[in-house]
Amino acid sequence: MIGELGHFALALAFAFSALLAFIPLIGVARGHGGQMALARPLTYGMFIFTLISFIALVWGFLANDFSIAYVANNSNTALPAIYRFTAVWGSHEGSFLLWMLVQASWAAALALFSNRLPLVFAARVLAVMGMIGVGFYLFMLLTSNPFERTIPLIPVDGRDLNPLLQDPGMIIHPPLLYMGYVGFSVAFAFAIAALLGGRLDSAWARWSRPWTIAAWVFLTLGIMVGSWWAYYELGWGGWWFWDPVENASFMPWLAGTALMHSLAVTEKRGTFKSWTVLLAIAAFSLSLLGTFLVRSGVLVSVHAFAADPTRGMFLLGFLGVVIAGSLLLYAIRAAKVQSHSRYDLFSREVLLLGNNVVLVTATVVVMIGTLLPLFFQQLGLGNISIGEPFFDEMFMWLTIPFAIILGLGPLTRWRRQGFSEIRNSLGLALLLAVVLGFALPWIFADVVHGLAALGLILALWVVFTTVAELRMRVASREHKLPALVKLGRSHWGMVLGHLGFAVMVIGIAMVQNYEVERTVRMGPGDTFEERGYVFSFEEMYEWQGPNFISDTATFRVTRTDGSRVGIIKSEKRFYTVTRQMQTQTGLQVNPFRDLYIALGEELEDGSWAVRIHIKPFVRWIWGGSILMAIGGIFSMTDKRYRLRRRLRDERKREHDAAEQEAKA
Amino acid sequence: MMKQLLLVMTLAFTFAIGHAAASAEFYEFETAEQERRFNQLAGELRCPKCQNQTIADSDAPLAQDMRQRVYEMVMAGESNQEIIEFMKVRYGDFVHYRPPVNRSTLILWLGPLLAFVIGIVVIVLNVRLRRHDDSELTPEEEARMRQVLANSDIDTNTDEENKEEHKQ
Amino acid sequence: MNPKLKLAFFLMPLILFLLVAVFLFKGLFSDPTRLDSALVGREVPQFELPDLYQPDVIHDNRIIGQRPLLINVWATWCPTCYAEHTFLNQLLAEEQVYIIGLNYKDDSRGAAVRWLQNLGDPYAINLFDATGLLALDLGVYGAPETYVVDQHGVILYRHVGDLNERVWRREVGPIYYRAMRDAGLPIPEHRQELVL
Repeated sequence: MIGELGHFALALAFAFSALLAFIPLIGVARGHGGQMALARPLTYGMFIFTLISFIALVWGFLANDFSIAYVANNSNTALPAIYRFTAVWGSHEGSFLLWMLVQASWAAALALFSNRLPLVFAARVLAVMGMIGVGFYLFMLLTSNPFERTIPLIPVDGRDLNPLLQDPGMIIHPPLLYMGYVGFSVAFAFAIAALLGGRLDSAWARWSRPWTIAAWVFLTLGIMVGSWWAYYELGWGGWWFWDPVENASFMPWLAGTALMHSLAVTEKRGTFKSWTVLLAIAAFSLSLLGTFLVRSGVLVSVHAFAADPTRGMFLLGFLGVVIAGSLLLYAIRAAKVQSHSRYDLFSREVLLLGNNVVLVTATVVVMIGTLLPLFFQQLGLGNISIGEPFFDEMFMWLTIPFAIILGLGPLTRWRRQGFSEIRNSLGLALLLAVVLGFALPWIFADVVHGLAALGLILALWVVFTTVAELRMRVASREHKLPALVKLGRSHWGMVLGHLGFAVMVIGIAMVQNYEVERTVRMGPGDTFEERGYVFSFEEMYEWQGPNFISDTATFRVTRTDGSRVGIIKSEKRFYTVTRQMQTQTGLQVNPFRDLYIALGEELEDGSWAVRIHIKPFVRWIWGGSILMAIGGIFSMTDKRYRLRRRLRDERKREHDAAEQEAKA
Repeated sequence: MMKQLLLVMTLAFTFAIGHAAASAEFYEFETAEQERRFNQLAGELRCPKCQNQTIADSDAPLAQDMRQRVYEMVMAGESNQEIIEFMKVRYGDFVHYRPPVNRSTLILWLGPLLAFVIGIVVIVLNVRLRRHDDSELTPEEEARMRQVLANSDIDTNTDEENKEEHKQ
Repeated sequence: MNPKLKLAFFLMPLILFLLVAVFLFKGLFSDPTRLDSALVGREVPQFELPDLYQPDVIHDNRIIGQRPLLINVWATWCPTCYAEHTFLNQLLAEEQVYIIGLNYKDDSRGAAVRWLQNLGDPYAINLFDATGLLALDLGVYGAPETYVVDQHGVILYRHVGDLNERVWRREVGPIYYRAMRDAGLPIPEHRQELVL
């Protein structure tokens, strides 16, 4: 009964989205305020019924209702309650319902805050959200109903959730990721609404910017959690695999990062408008493309959901309508956009554009790398694999101009910057970066790897130019500290974001060049020494978990001088229902290195193949991502986005814009 | 990141390879350099049987065979290039995660460079064109533009930052 | 810029997307796990393998290259090979197709021999590849696989998955019969159409 209720609620949500897609637009066309105002309640309706549907599925899992096929395939009575909850998004149908809930939540949040927008604009934005909803709800109802029944053959127990997904990381990774993916639909809706209305201006950029940053923050965190999860859960010690599915999440992130920066220019200088709109369309289109790649089975990936050509067809059709439609609208409208602002080659505008060029190039790299194997096959050119060696090489090259520009940008003024004014700061930053970039590895490691030094120099360049920029801002002040605090959240957001990037680059450069991976044969009582650490295999014991049996090995780690470092427990689990083996990595961490132990196979004589990794600075990769996300949070909570000031500003802006239009 | 369906996929394959239980394997190396090279190669070669996995990451029997062969060749002192070539002869370019540079992969290696160069050219042209445009602006338009810019400037930087900039 | 040129410029993203979409659409109908053999057009690699029935008899490349033939990779642990076996028997019985069996990493010699005794032996020669030596050289990535080899010992085609009447008529048969024709050997009446 609850299952049918969920299904019915989903159908109602679809109905609401369909109404939302056109009633407000009719209102706009007719100038009918009432119809435009309907956008809000319709959005709430869509949200509420999606929520009901989602709750129904959650209930199915918590109550072990195996008459629902999706529950039976992804859960089990022995599964701990928290994983019965996360199993909701453990496979295609449920994860898509989560996606829908996220989409509806963004729409509802938009409706909630939309009273700050002009009614016409709000109506358009919400209608676009409705249109997107129509496609997604139809997709669910027609091809991916999570409430399908197993009647009359109701299984006694479920097939259990994939052991890989029975992990705390999986509780938050998909929701965060989807918040990011779908969040770009808000930026997209703003862009389409602006194109429909033919008004691309700073006001539009200002409205859309906090939403874009919010989505970007979620996506950053989502990708970060995914990387972190893959690192400890898969037991291979990698933190990024360049798998098509990972790339699918990375492309919108790159485009979104470009969008965030481009929006800043459009908001502050009123220029790059058509470019910014294109990026807004691109970010969401890439999210959709990612969804298609993951759920259609056109690419070979370990992550992909079970392939189903009908789903692929539907998604591709939807993709075609949304993307082609919006790009057509873009071509027609953006060609007419004029911009009169003026800037020199050495100016913040150009550097931000340069940043965009690098980010777009990076997106192109990922896109070609992901799709080319498919194109090759279509063209009869045979099979190729594009993976880590290619991407690593490309991204190394891309990081160089990116970091250089990133260091220069904040120091540079809008419109025009004389080089001589900042020459000294830049020179000092460069000198310090180069010296420390070589000195640090030389002091702390036995060999200086060229690539590690390069990474450090680039990262330190970003750090020192950021410091220089902060110094410049307070140079003329008597009280430096209060002046720093007064810089404003948006400014601090930028600073944190850039520092986060530097931290991440340091992490990557160090772990790529200085990590150690050893596979050793060890049994209880054995010790192994590497890089000043002594790993002692103390004991091996078996214990029974809720739905698995675990072989757990205990390692004691000491320094060569005998001082204690810690205990590492590493497990090999056998999940009894799914009959799958699962490695639980053991970790001992501090900010500068991870000691990482994964159990391999049990060997004949009772000893084990033990994989020991020492990973210097690996944590900085995720730390840097978190710092970037915090930077984003700072930016989006800047006071200029807050209600009162905004209202005042917007009125003024609208007044200005109207005046301008009248003159034109 | 959802490394799911990994095993499901393997099981679902109609023509399965090898046995269900993976045999225990363990490789002894004489030097750390050999082990490093082995790890590197195993991380760059693709298991043809699997869903986009390196032979290091895969438990498939075929991946085991290939690891064994890589191990033997490393121990026999063959170079990375020789080992990769050996695998490519048998499984095609597909087996190496770094595609070859040739005519058909030109777009892969030069496409990004092209995108980058186009981007830079567009920026430079843009700056030039704008300068050109500028001269065509009437003094009134110019004044008007300045005013608009000034207005937007109030919100641009935070107030503090702005004052700062004017001072400089 | 003149407006038409400008419109064309802004249409670029759309055109690019449509191009990509065409490929994605075609991609829906092809199997991304399908691999072409790297050995097509090359000679069968050097090998020395024992006979399945008689461990002391060693076969090498001399068994290849006198006439067009098939090399069929199989094992008792492979369920699809079981499904395929009847068709191989039929190929031998009806048209005397020359098939070399490559027993690939089987559980044991005994199991493989029993399988052939129970199901019939369609193979002219049976190779026993316990460690997958030749299989690796051939680039085998699953069983069953079937290679078409011409009279000069050059590999013409590789089929992954089971052989059956449909696959034979559509993919493998025409290549095999063409090789037969080129070698000046007779082609059965009812298969003539496949060569045309």
